[in-house]
Amino acid sequence: MSAVIAEHGHDDHHDDHAHGPEKGWLRWIITTNHKDIGTLYLLFALAMFFVGGAMAMIIRAELFEPGMQFVNPQFFNSMTTMHALVMVFGAVMPAFVGLANWMIPMMIGAPDMALPRMNNMSFWMLVAGVLLLASTLFMEGGAPAGGWTLYPPLVLQTGKALPFAIFSVHLLGISSIMGAINIIATILNMRAPAMTLMKMPLFVWTWLITGFLLIAIMPVFAGAVTMLLTDKFFHTSFFDAAGGGDPVLYQHIFWFFGHPEVYVMILPTFGVASTIIPVFARKPLFGYSSMVYATASIAFLSFIVWAHHMFTVGLPISGELYFMYATMLIAIPTGVKVFNWTATMWKGAMTFETPMLFSIAFVVLFTLGGFTGLMMSVAPVDFQYHDTYFIVAHFHYTLVPASVFILMAAGYYWLPKWTGHMYNEKIGQLHFWLSAISVNVLFFPQHFLGLAGMPRRIPDYAIQFADWNMVSSIGGFIFGVSQLLFLWIVIDTIKGGTGEKVTDEVWEDAHKHGLEWTLPSPPPYHTFTTPPTVIPCDHD
Amino acid sequence: MSTSNTTYYIPHKATWPVLATAGLVTTLAGFANYLNGSSIGSTLMVAGLTIFIVMLAGWFTLQSTESESGMYNHGVGISYRMGMMWFIFSEIMFFAVFFGTLWYTRNLSVPWLGGAGSNAATHALLWPSFDAVWPTNGPGNVGGHFEPMGAFGLPLLNTLLLLTSGVTCTWAHHGLIAKNRKQLIQGLAATVGLGFLFVLCQAIEYHEAYTEMGLTLGSGIYGSTFFMLTGFHGFHVCVGAIILSVVLFRSWKGHFSPENHFAFEAAAWYWHFVDVVWLGLFIFVYLM
Repeated sequence: MSAVIAEHGHDDHHDDHAHGPEKGWLRWIITTNHKDIGTLYLLFALAMFFVGGAMAMIIRAELFEPGMQFVNPQFFNSMTTMHALVMVFGAVMPAFVGLANWMIPMMIGAPDMALPRMNNMSFWMLVAGVLLLASTLFMEGGAPAGGWTLYPPLVLQTGKALPFAIFSVHLLGISSIMGAINIIATILNMRAPAMTLMKMPLFVWTWLITGFLLIAIMPVFAGAVTMLLTDKFFHTSFFDAAGGGDPVLYQHIFWFFGHPEVYVMILPTFGVASTIIPVFARKPLFGYSSMVYATASIAFLSFIVWAHHMFTVGLPISGELYFMYATMLIAIPTGVKVFNWTATMWKGAMTFETPMLFSIAFVVLFTLGGFTGLMMSVAPVDFQYHDTYFIVAHFHYTLVPASVFILMAAGYYWLPKWTGHMYNEKIGQLHFWLSAISVNVLFFPQHFLGLAGMPRRIPDYAIQFADWNMVSSIGGFIFGVSQLLFLWIVIDTIKGGTGEKVTDEVWEDAHKHGLEWTLPSPPPYHTFTTPPTVIPCDHD
Repeated sequence: MSTSNTTYYIPHKATWPVLATAGLVTTLAGFANYLNGSSIGSTLMVAGLTIFIVMLAGWFTLQSTESESGMYNHGVGISYRMGMMWFIFSEIMFFAVFFGTLWYTRNLSVPWLGGAGSNAATHALLWPSFDAVWPTNGPGNVGGHFEPMGAFGLPLLNTLLLLTSGVTCTWAHHGLIAKNRKQLIQGLAATVGLGFLFVLCQAIEYHEAYTEMGLTLGSGIYGSTFFMLTGFHGFHVCVGAIILSVVLFRSWKGHFSPENHFAFEAAAWYWHFVDVVWLGLFIFVYLM
C-alpha cells in the first residue's frame, strides 16, 4: 500500500514530495496534513494554557490575603469557571489531540490520518467553540460563574452568556467527537501491515481507548446542556422539581460525562509516560500487556463510578456504598501502571534529561493525587472533603503535575524530532525544577486548607486560612512565571535551538522504541507513504 | 487499475471544512442572540444556515465526484464506514441521555417527590397533595391540565410507516446488489416517501397535542420528556429522509455499483438506527 498525495488519485503519482505545503498563511487554514494540524492544535493549546493560567493568577492574587482586593465576587466566580473550562477544553484536551495528530500516523507507519478533511474541521470547530466561550467574558451579566459543571438551578441565573456557553459546549463536543472518530479510524485502519495491535506503542493504545471514551461521553454532555437550554428558554422542567424534574438528574448526567472526561485527560498522559520512561531507563517497558489491560479497565470503570462526585447530594445509602466500592476498584489498575513504570526504571541505565525529569515527577506526584482520590472515595469521609480546597488540591495534583507535566515532557521529548533542533537543556532543567518545586508549594497547602474547612470557589475566607493561602499564592505565581521558560524554549527551539543538528533518533537508541525515530528530524511533510516493514518493538 | 486499488487517497487542500465551521458557529451565535432577544439573531441564523447548506451541497458534490472518478479504494471505504459507525454510536449516546432522563424521572425522582424512599417527611411537608403517578407535570402542576398522548392512533400508524420504510430500504439495497435499477429507485423513493409521511403524521400529532390536549413542551416533566425525545427523533427522521433523497438522486444518476456504494450503505445504516430509536420511543414513551 502506498499513498497518493494528490488532487486526483489516478495512478502514477509516486513522487511523494511533489506536493509540499501550501505557500503562505493559507496553508494553516486549509491544510489536511496531520503534522500541520498537530502543530495547530499544539500551538492553540499552548496559547490557551497561558490564557487559563492568567485566570488562575487572578484567582491566586485575590486569595493572597483575606478580604476583597482586586475583583468583585461575580468576576472571581467567572474566573474559576472559565479557568476550568479553558484549561480542560482549550488546553489539555487539544494538546493531547495535537500529539495524537503528530505522532499516531508516524508511530503506526501511516501516511496521514484516516479522514484528513474531517481532521481540519475538528480543529476549526475547536477554535470556534473556544471563541464562543471567550466571547461570554464581555457580555452583560458576565461569563458563566456557577462552576465548570454548570449545575442548575444556579447556572440558569447566568446572564446573556448562557446560550453562548451552551452552544460552545456543543461545538467543542462536535470537535472532540470528530477528532476521536478520526483517531480511532486511523488506528484501526491505517496501521502498517506488520504493526499488530499488541505491537502498538502505548500512546497509540491509550488514544484508541480515549477516543472511545470521547465518542461515548461528549454526546451525553451535549444532551445535558441542551436540557439546560430548554429549561431556560423553552419552559421544560427537566431540572425543576415543581414540574416533576430533578436538579440532581443534571448532576448524574454531567458526571456520567465528567468522570470519563477526566480520564480523557489522564489516559493519553499514561501513554506518553509509558513512551518516555523506557527510553531514558534504556529498558523495554515493563508489563506492556498489563498496561494495555489496565488502561482498558480504567476506561471501563470510569463509566460506573460517576456518583462519587455526588456523595453529599442525598443519594440512597445503597447508592453511596456501590459508588464507594466501585471507585476504590480504580486504584487497582492504576496501581498496576505505577508499579510498571517503577519496574521499568528499576536497575535501568537511567539518565535525567528534561523529558525524563518531568516523567519521574509525574509518577511521584500523580500517585499523590491518586491517594487523595482514594481518600475521597470513602463516602462517609467525603462529607468532610466535599467542595473544599481538599478536592481542589486533589484534582490539580492529577492534572497539573500529571497531565500538564507530561505534556511538557512530550514537548521536550518530541520537539527535536518535530523541528530538527535541540532545545536548551539547561533552561529545560531550570524550567523543570522551578515547576516541580513551585507546583507543590502551590497545591500541597491546599490539602491543609481543605481539611480545615475552607470551601472552594470563594473570593474571601476566614482569617485562619490566611497563611496557607499566601504560601499557595506565592507558589502559584512562581509556577506561572516559570512556564514562560517553556514558551521561550518552544520559540527558541523552532528558531534553531542550540544550533546542534539532531540525529534521526535524537535520544540514544530511541529507534528501538518507536517508528518515529527511524524518520529524519524533522520528518518530511509526508511520511510513510509506503508502509515500513520492520517494526521496532520495545516489549516482548 | 495499476495503483488505484492499493493507494490510500489523501486530499490535499480543504476549503469546505472551514466553511462548515463558519456556517455552524454563525448559526449558533445567531440562535444565542435570538434567545437573548437581540435583533441581529435571526439575520445571523439565516446567514449561517445559508453558508452551511452551500457547504453541504459543495462538500458532498466533491465527495461524489471524487468517488465517481475512482479515487476511493478499499482502504478509504473502510475509513468511511468506520467513521459512519462511530458517528451512529455517538448518536446512540445522545439519545441515551433522554431515554435515561425518562427512566430516572419515572422510576426514581417522581416517586421520591411522592414520598418514596426516605422522602416521606419531605413529601408531607412540601407537597402533601401531590400524587406521584405517571404521567405527571409535577407538584407545581406546571403547564396546567393536559392529556397524555395515547399509543394507538397516529403513533401506531407511524410505527408501521417506519417499519415498512426499513423494509423498502433493504429491498432497494437488494435491488442495487442485483443490479436491478428499477427496484433500487422504487425502493428508495418509497423509503423517502414513507419518511416524509412519518414527519407529516408527527406534525399532525404535535398540532393536536398543542391545540386539543393541552400537552406542550411546558407540561412539566411529561411534556418535557415527550417532546424532547420525539422531537429529536423527528429531526433525525428529517435528516435521514434528506440524506436518502440525495442517495435517491445519485442512484437515479447511476452512481452506485454492487461493489461500491458507501453513500447508500451509510444512509441505510442511519435510517435503520432512526427506526430502532423509534421502536424504543414507541415502547417507553407511548406504550408504557
